[in-house]
Amino acid sequence: MSDAPAIRKKTLTVALMDGPYVSNNPTTAFRIVDAALRKGYNVNVFAYESAVELSIAKQQPHQNPVKQRTVEEADHPTTKRLVENLFDSSRRNGAKLDWIACGLCVDERGSFDQIEGVRRGGPGDFLDWARQSDQTLVIATK
Amino acid sequence: MPEKILTIVERAYHGTLEEQDDTVLWFNSMLLAKAPGLGFLLRGNAVNYAVSTQDASGLEIGGASFGKPPEIANDVRFLLDRNVPVYAIAEDIDERGISRERLLQGLREIHRSDLAPLLDQYDAVWHW
Repeated sequence: MSDAPAIRKKTLTVALMDGPYVSNNPTTAFRIVDAALRKGYNVNVFAYESAVELSIAKQQPHQNPVKQRTVEEADHPTTKRLVENLFDSSRRNGAKLDWIACGLCVDERGSFDQIEGVRRGGPGDFLDWARQSDQTLVIATK
Repeated sequence: MPEKILTIVERAYHGTLEEQDDTVLWFNSMLLAKAPGLGFLLRGNAVNYAVSTQDASGLEIGGASFGKPPEIANDVRFLLDRNVPVYAIAEDIDERGISRERLLQGLREIHRSDLAPLLDQYDAVWHW
């Protein structure tokens, strides 16, 4: 057992509002989250409004008729797969990724079928996270 | 741990009919009980949220009416009634030709030049 003092992990909290395919914000958020996880930081993501659609489990990749590519050839990057990749990255890097989908936003969209690891929550969870984190980023719809 | 949080509302009237409110005002209003140090700043088009004479009722789409229209001014008044500071940028009000008598009482106008000192009063700034 080492006598070295434990180094406290840094924690980043991100609030995200945009859903899939409407802006670059999710991609920007994914990149920031990915970079933090690679550094071993713990990351919290609060998916608000259409951002709850980023992690719908039944998203399907599709073919590209314009470029005459099959599903396999197109290798369409669904956002749920990107979120799953972030969870994989957290495990590889010994970091914790906690992902909350706003419960009421899920209800009004019928986006109940979420990938494993995503849980329901509300604004109070975001406030708790913000208070406990080293930094908080709000990436809102503009 | 941030206790004093200033939430800045700039995007306005996006999805308010479907949501029956402004999503950012709603979200932060949900936090009031747990975050007594919360303040609001309206800027850009969102300064119109403090106009008391708004009326979004009567909309019909495909023959179906929107039962409960958003009442954004009431949502801002809800904050003011609880002594939550709500600021608005005076220049943004002027640029939109909004007369002062149409604004909710209790709204705190600040000039853009006073924005930095205001931000300094808060531990955290959430710019939605």
